[in-house]
Amino acid sequence: MVATLTRLVGDLEAAQDAVQEAALTALERWPVDGVPRNPAAWLTTAARHKALDRIRREGHRGEKEDRAMQLLEGTGDDPLPESVVRDDLLRLIFTCCHPALAPEARIALSLRTLGGLTTAEIARAFLVPEPTMAQRLVRARRKISGAAIPYRVPADHELPERLPAVLAVVYLVFTEGHTATSGDALVRVDLCDEAVRLARLLAELLPDESEVHGLLALLLVTDARRAARLDSGGDLVLLADQDRAAWDRTLIDEGHEHIETALRRAGGQPGPYALQGAIAAVHALAPSWKATDWSQLVSLYDLLADVHPTPVVRLNRAVAIAERDGPADGLAEIDALEELTGFHLFHASRAELLSRLDRPEEAADAYRAALDCRPSDTERRFLERRLAGVARA
Amino acid sequence: MPQYLALIYGPADQQAVAPEDYDGDVMADYMAFGEAAGAAGVVVGGNALQSTDTATTVSVLGGKGGEIVTTDGPFAETKEVLGGYYLLDCANLDKAIAWAAQIPGAWLGKIEVRPVVVFE
Repeated sequence: MVATLTRLVGDLEAAQDAVQEAALTALERWPVDGVPRNPAAWLTTAARHKALDRIRREGHRGEKEDRAMQLLEGTGDDPLPESVVRDDLLRLIFTCCHPALAPEARIALSLRTLGGLTTAEIARAFLVPEPTMAQRLVRARRKISGAAIPYRVPADHELPERLPAVLAVVYLVFTEGHTATSGDALVRVDLCDEAVRLARLLAELLPDESEVHGLLALLLVTDARRAARLDSGGDLVLLADQDRAAWDRTLIDEGHEHIETALRRAGGQPGPYALQGAIAAVHALAPSWKATDWSQLVSLYDLLADVHPTPVVRLNRAVAIAERDGPADGLAEIDALEELTGFHLFHASRAELLSRLDRPEEAADAYRAALDCRPSDTERRFLERRLAGVARA
Repeated sequence: MPQYLALIYGPADQQAVAPEDYDGDVMADYMAFGEAAGAAGVVVGGNALQSTDTATTVSVLGGKGGEIVTTDGPFAETKEVLGGYYLLDCANLDKAIAWAAQIPGAWLGKIEVRPVVVFE
């Protein structure tokens, strides 16, 4: 975008200023007005207008006036080269993920600005009240403009500090698309596609970063199961019951390649995304749920719990232990995760194990607790079916 | 060009005595920073402050025109006190952070970087 404007305005500084101004406008307006259908085109148009304003303000005539008209009408060198447009989105992501912003704010701001999620959806993804999240966003935007956080892609030596927040954003956009926290559709395909697109872009622009490949692998292998996650009625099908023939082998193969790259570049210390990608691949390789290599999965979750000790990782580890050692051992692990009682999957996982342990009344209570956590409509229908199942038994 | 106030927080005796595990020369480090930042045209102003036991707190009770109350102190209960500041002229926060990281107070204590309000 800068390059195109530079050619048209004939002044690199003026072009950069115009793009920066347009990006700041985007940060202020998108969260209020919603993200435009084509963010890059919106930015280009806004930057054109800013450049035109500037040229008019400075009272240039003749040749520059002609250039200004080209800018406004979008003639000249358009359409923009794809590479320029992508760089611009990446710059916007790195601005939203600046280390001077609080970690939660970086993710929230990116989701709001680039992912187009509502404040309510972001609040639910982070298990915090909506007003808290709204306040967080206001404060982050105020800081970007107030402290003049720049609009640029960081230099190589800054990447170790800057990259994790960017990866987390892409991951959460995908997660949000994969299991939407509100609305009817369990899979919001556009969000998943957007996250995969961003992850591919990051892998292309930052090919030496192990975790970028790990993240891309994780998203690809997870996305490969998209068609099998819902039945013909649009209802959720658990991994255990999915038709594995419906999995997209092309995506799984592509994911495998990136896991290999991720592990090769990890220097013997794979990060959380490489490990999660590997976990997803173990599932993708297994001919069935029963024939899955649960021992390997528990080992991978142990490694993951070391580098990324979150409650959700421990919940998944507990589920793998239940498969390897039996439901009683899994239940003991889950019950230790008290901080997750606001999370529907905590209760849903407990309910499944209680049901297998022939404790239907407790299982029913746990399903009801899961429903109280306001899951998405699709998940709610699934949980209601399960609840009806244990209630009948 | 935005301006940033770099507030230098550190041990109360930072200017007088360097921490034991610091084998550099604090004054020489500050001189070197002043020269580098000065040559780059980044420093608009700056001062070291006398220690907090010379500080006086002033407030006016009962609103504007009310009683002037002065007290000795404050004496920080925390180990880190404001010891000095620089006013920096930087194009953006990344540049301000890069310069702030070169102030000796950044490794002797910490620097708070605050953008200056521009009244338009």
